[in-house]
Amino acid sequence: MFAYYFQLGLRSLRKNPLLTALMVMAIGFGVAASMTTYSVFRATSNNPIPHKSSQLYVPQIDNWGPEDAQQNQGEPPRAMSYTDAIGLMRDRKAARQTALYPAGLSIVPADASQLPFRENTYGVYADAFPMFDIPFKYGRGWTQADDDAHAQVAVIGQQLNEKLFRGENSVGREINLDGRAYRIVGVMDHWDPQPLFFDAVNTGGFDDPTQLFVPFTRMIELKVSTNGNNNCNKDPGTGWDNWLHSECIWLGFWAELPTKAEADAYRNYLNGYSAEQQRAGRFKWAPNTRLRNVVEWLDYQKVVPPEAKISLLVALGFLVICLVNTIGLLLAKFLRRSSEIGVRRALGASRKEIYTQFLMEAGAVGLAGGVLGLLLTGVGVYGISLIFDPQVARLAKLDFPLVLLTMLVAILATVIAAFYPTWRAAQVQPAWQLKSN
Amino acid sequence: MLQIKPILAALKRHKAGTLLIAMQIALTLAIVCNALFIIQQRVDRISRPTGMDENNVLAIQNRWVSVDGKDTAPLIKADVQALRQTSGVQDAFATNSFPLRGGGWSTGVNLAPKNEGKSAAQTTLYFVDEHALATYGAQLIAGRNFTADEVITADPKDIKSTPQVIITKALADKLYPKGDALGKQLYLGGKDIPPSTIIGIVARLQVPWNGTWSDNFNDNAMLLPVQLTSNYTIYLIRAKPGQLADVVKSAPATLLKTSRMRVISGERAVRTYDQVRGDAYKNDRGMAILMGVICVILLAITAAGIVGLTSFWVGQRRKQIGVRRALGATKRDILSYFLTENLMIGVAGVVIGVGLAIGMNLWMVSQFEMARLSVLYVVVGVVALLLLGQAAVLAPAMRAAKVPPVEATRSV
Repeated sequence: MFAYYFQLGLRSLRKNPLLTALMVMAIGFGVAASMTTYSVFRATSNNPIPHKSSQLYVPQIDNWGPEDAQQNQGEPPRAMSYTDAIGLMRDRKAARQTALYPAGLSIVPADASQLPFRENTYGVYADAFPMFDIPFKYGRGWTQADDDAHAQVAVIGQQLNEKLFRGENSVGREINLDGRAYRIVGVMDHWDPQPLFFDAVNTGGFDDPTQLFVPFTRMIELKVSTNGNNNCNKDPGTGWDNWLHSECIWLGFWAELPTKAEADAYRNYLNGYSAEQQRAGRFKWAPNTRLRNVVEWLDYQKVVPPEAKISLLVALGFLVICLVNTIGLLLAKFLRRSSEIGVRRALGASRKEIYTQFLMEAGAVGLAGGVLGLLLTGVGVYGISLIFDPQVARLAKLDFPLVLLTMLVAILATVIAAFYPTWRAAQVQPAWQLKSN
Repeated sequence: MLQIKPILAALKRHKAGTLLIAMQIALTLAIVCNALFIIQQRVDRISRPTGMDENNVLAIQNRWVSVDGKDTAPLIKADVQALRQTSGVQDAFATNSFPLRGGGWSTGVNLAPKNEGKSAAQTTLYFVDEHALATYGAQLIAGRNFTADEVITADPKDIKSTPQVIITKALADKLYPKGDALGKQLYLGGKDIPPSTIIGIVARLQVPWNGTWSDNFNDNAMLLPVQLTSNYTIYLIRAKPGQLADVVKSAPATLLKTSRMRVISGERAVRTYDQVRGDAYKNDRGMAILMGVICVILLAITAAGIVGLTSFWVGQRRKQIGVRRALGATKRDILSYFLTENLMIGVAGVVIGVGLAIGMNLWMVSQFEMARLSVLYVVVGVVALLLLGQAAVLAPAMRAAKVPPVEATRSV
């Protein structure tokens, strides 16, 4: 019966090619528009580190006071001052923790005929590697002892290793950064979390993969300034040391807190720390701290571009219009066959069978719309680079889950749209139809 | 002749179809109005002028390697000299930022020393030398340019103000609304920071940002005669007319010949102003294109829906049309019947749609820092959709008009 209804459906669709084409196009365009924008939305709202996103936290400490916080809905600054970051690092109240910042270093190739170049570089503590689950191809991260010794060591990325050492195991070899030799202790495997959660403040969440990690402590000793944002609420005075010990904010900070109890304890610790600063006279206000996990942090940083949200909404509205359109066309199509329904009903078909037949027909339309939608989604995903930042656009892909979703949305939406027309078709009175013909 | 009563009676028998068309028109109107509005806003933003001779300007972002920021002054001087002597180059200078670059300095300006609280105006700071105006191609409308001996060399962390500044007309008007800014003083900080005298006013120069946050000081810029010593230097170069393509190749080569210990790499290292503008407004342009495409497809689909349903109605009513024709109605009467019917549905849809459009806009205003929808867009949308409805209904209505009176006698 199933196959028979499907056949009937196809035959009826062929009988009315114009109406069918209109429906298929409406569904195809509607589904393609929403799926294309959804692909961007999915990429930007992705969880970059799903198995640990509820264990990694960003603490925020208000070192600027209520006047500045007021301009920001009472929120503490988004980045940390050196004083506070070092304070938290010293206390080591989390299972693991790291301060970090993008360091402005250049790589000088050993081959003198090559020009110096730059890669995304971060100064971090040893804990960062196990915390962020950074995979290693060769070697491993440096140790806490290296942090304490301000060791001149480096962890490089796979691409950089390819570029400098042709992909060989380069552990133990040296890399020249701004004229100083750093010993390579580890080569990362491919690591490109999207969004780039650990430095959403400076990158907006999207940047090329990080290719170089160096010890934070060494960077500070060498007075390497940040390549990212530096915000001051008042003049820090002249020179590096004044700046370092000013209230200027320029550092990121992450803490790993595996259980809820530990997170709560850390919250208390942050408040305690702020209260201590208040007692010492540095803060002239009550503690104002925050502790956000990865998902909350990315949400707070508004990593999903407003363009992605607006276009997703517009595309959903678009899909709704296409469905309203499909309801109308299906209604026209089904009721045009009132006499045929009358005959079938008179010959003993139950309402249920009419339902099955017409929903099947709608399903066939949905299937065709889905195929067209899939093609158009392909075109749309290709065209996304026109609209979004290339760093975002490269993440939008037509992969298997999206293909499946496209087909599913197309068929489901059409079948739902078909309910009302089918109900109307099933209400057809056989006697009335037979009489009028 | 209007036939509102019989049309209403007929529509009552086709509640579902009427409702669907009206709903579709309403939703389409809501989305098209808002989309057109977004397009207009983005186009306005994209077409803001920078105040520069954009056709001939090129920017190079340079980072020194293995050189302490303090020691870069002679290197920068050598670079600028070499650039100015490169063939095809009209003028060049070193700076910290430029219009539409994306990042730069901003600060508050006051008419008296002030350290905290709201300032009289917000402005961006460009650190330049006496060649800047010629390189920008900016128009000096009052006062004079810097002289070579006014240009000082300083570290970015030490520089607080300079004795002379040149500001844009927008900033001058904001500080001195009477238009007498030239020769007056302004303050970039508290009592310990000396004031600056406005020695010149340029017609226009945009800030480095293009986000909404800088919209209220988009044309407020201040030029300070300072050669910054920093690890990071930007060279703005103006090519002689028609020679930009050559300079794009020769300028980086000139710099590398002067010194190799530098990084000029990455997509944004060497850009003509065309590229700078393209990069800065990529999202705005893309959004406008997306909204345009969506509008066109949406209108097409709505039109298709109207054609489909009306065709169905015409098919259903062939007999009634035949009867009316037999009773003396002309072809015109039939045509106008269907057009009027569509117009009535359209008006109902449009009324709901206006409400939806405004509601949608208000919601977007609260979510995405957007402006209020202007009435003009609603009016344009309403007219467009009513016309679209009439155009869509024309073909089925003409087919209806062709139904012969003899149809009344066919079938039972």
